[in-house]
Amino acid sequence: MSATAELNRRLPGGRYIGGVLQRIGLDGRGLVIAIPTIWLLLFFLIPFLVVAKISLSEAAIARPPYLPIWEWSDGFLNINLNFGNYLFLLDDPLYVAAYIESVRIAAISTVVTLLIGYPMAYLIARSSPDRRNILLMLVVLPFWTSFLLRVYAWIGFLKANGIINNFLISLGILNEPLVMLQTDFAVYVGIVYTYLPFMILPLYANLVKLDEAYLEASADLGARPATTFFTITLPLSANGIIAGCMLVFIPAVGEFVIPALLGGPDTLMIGRVLWDEFFSNRDWPIASAVAIVMLFVLVIPIMLLRKVQAVDEGAS
Amino acid sequence: MSEGNATPDAEPRADPWADPHAVPFLQVRNVTKKFGAFVAVDNVSLDIYKGEIFCLLGGSGCGKSTLLRLLSGFETASSGQIIIDGQDQEGVPPFARKTNMMFQSYALFPHMSVEKNIAYGLKRDGLPKAEIAARVSDMLSLVQMDQFASRKPHQLSGGQRQRVALARSLVKKPKLLMLDEPLGALDKKLREETQFELIKIQESLGVTFVVVTHDQEEAMTLSSRIGVMTEGRIVQVGTPHEIYEYPQSRFVADFIGSVNMFEGRITEDHEDHVLIGSRDTQTDIFVPHGISGVVGQQVAVAVRPEKVQISKSQLHDMRNTFTGKIDEIAYMGNSSVFQVLLDSGKRVRVSQSNRMRSNEDTLKWGDRVHVGWHDDAGIVVSS
Ligand SMILES: Nc1ncnc2c1ncn2[C@@H]1O[C@H](COP(=O)(O)OP(=O)(O)O)[C@@H](O)[C@H]1O
Ligand SMILES: [Mg+2]
Repeated sequence: MSATAELNRRLPGGRYIGGVLQRIGLDGRGLVIAIPTIWLLLFFLIPFLVVAKISLSEAAIARPPYLPIWEWSDGFLNINLNFGNYLFLLDDPLYVAAYIESVRIAAISTVVTLLIGYPMAYLIARSSPDRRNILLMLVVLPFWTSFLLRVYAWIGFLKANGIINNFLISLGILNEPLVMLQTDFAVYVGIVYTYLPFMILPLYANLVKLDEAYLEASADLGARPATTFFTITLPLSANGIIAGCMLVFIPAVGEFVIPALLGGPDTLMIGRVLWDEFFSNRDWPIASAVAIVMLFVLVIPIMLLRKVQAVDEGAS
Repeated sequence: MSEGNATPDAEPRADPWADPHAVPFLQVRNVTKKFGAFVAVDNVSLDIYKGEIFCLLGGSGCGKSTLLRLLSGFETASSGQIIIDGQDQEGVPPFARKTNMMFQSYALFPHMSVEKNIAYGLKRDGLPKAEIAARVSDMLSLVQMDQFASRKPHQLSGGQRQRVALARSLVKKPKLLMLDEPLGALDKKLREETQFELIKIQESLGVTFVVVTHDQEEAMTLSSRIGVMTEGRIVQVGTPHEIYEYPQSRFVADFIGSVNMFEGRITEDHEDHVLIGSRDTQTDIFVPHGISGVVGQQVAVAVRPEKVQISKSQLHDMRNTFTGKIDEIAYMGNSSVFQVLLDSGKRVRVSQSNRMRSNEDTLKWGDRVHVGWHDDAGIVVSS
């Protein structure tokens, strides 16, 4: 209500707009919810439906390179749904392996990111307010340069005569350069490095709200700092951990650039498979099917998690 | 029902603080705490004895919580010494101290049920499960929260949370329990009920309580002794009776209850009485005992409103009587409070209990009256 009133006051002609919106049942609150909803519809649901449609069509040498799934002829509507693409994914062990591998790499990277990000977030949240802002600035600072550039910089670090190898050899710790580039290790480094801020920020936002009195109460009741951490801090930051892990895990599963630039030829991630199907094989239906399955691989665990959380909250 | 009934303390048991041989359970010696240049606790010394309910009373920001946090180890003193049960607490971390604290915000763990909250401290001691369960259930019944054992804190009312916090802080049977504004979050009626329960629980368990409060009535009701704080310093320590009847400074007299202050100078200083000349009264104020002071020294006489008599006729049995007119009357139910404008221009607050429903001699606004007090009603304060 008041938000609409505000709108009326601020915008010239806002009274009119506000009136129209109100007539169609939208007040300020509804409006605030409507904008992201429309955004999601336009930029997520519609493209998703397009991809889903393509995944059910048949590949063809044409432009676009697939056959339409419905045709109107002689008064009949012919719908040809081709589930072959999905069956093909199951048939070829490459795809299944790529999914498993992607989930595995993303999961390990997420855990590593959590292990590095949690102490950082904790320290930032516990430092004085002025220090906090500087540290948060440093966390987001890498975003100021291009992501690609930063991944290329890692090549400079990891390659055979790169900075790390040269340094270790000059110290005499190594005789021969370590092979780091084009390995899974490089992919982990790349993912952890890239997604660390996405872990730190939600964790920080959660930990900074943690009331110090809980920690003091725990100590007062005889808990050593480590016990307090595991019995109080960690459970109370569960939501931050979940949010951070989601923000890292989900994009990491579909990551293409990092495995392409840092990974080896046998680093099999679904993002690369997708790329190959689209651009090398120009098999849009298969590529779309790969994308749709990936979505379900991601969505199902998220839904399960939310259900568990809902049950948890209902019980409390 | 007011004047002159200052009977000496008729306490049955001997008060440990009056016994020179008693060893205090908690000793605070010249403790100072600075935050940067700001002195939050300023050279505080205190002796607190076993079984006491000791109240730290003072306005907001005077350093009460900081002093409590020094005792429980959450802050380290800039200087001074804290001894609990004969043990110097320097360098002892909070988790190793045998004291417990009930937090101002209660600080109940939001992700644990009432039962788990109470069991938390016992689990840290590694007690057997059966004993933990037994002690938790004892505590739950002590604070009458048995039915709520499996609730989470956010499903409880303020009063219930207060009980859980109390149970959690008592379950480890600490010898010293610190309570930071334990009743501050409760409404007035609940607060009054809970005060008596708190005393009952304290007596039944024999725990020494140090209670922080800014509510002087609460301090009066709860405590064996009160330490009045202002600006990080303890300005007076005494029983509620002593603090109320014999405040040692203007601040204490003014802070505890309401008081009429007559500023003046000593005009005559005798062994058995002094006279104080005040611009607030036309005649000198008579004080029936000697005081440590010199003629000409600036002092004030503090008189409680309920110790001031008011009458339309002359008050014959008193030496300190003055005339004025009634400026304001407030009916408070059990008592009436009069503002009397003395002929000197000074306003005096007079409180009279309403013993009868109506009075023949009803005082009305604008009446000319005599006010006065018995010799021993006035307290001389010099600081
Ligand atoms: N950690 C701190 N850093 C700086 N100043 C503090 C800190 N804790 C308390 N203070 C200051 O010390 C004074 C006393 O605080 P406190 O003991 O909480 O007062 P109260 O008597 O209301 O409990 C306040 O002025 C407060 O601002
Ligand atoms: Mg406080």
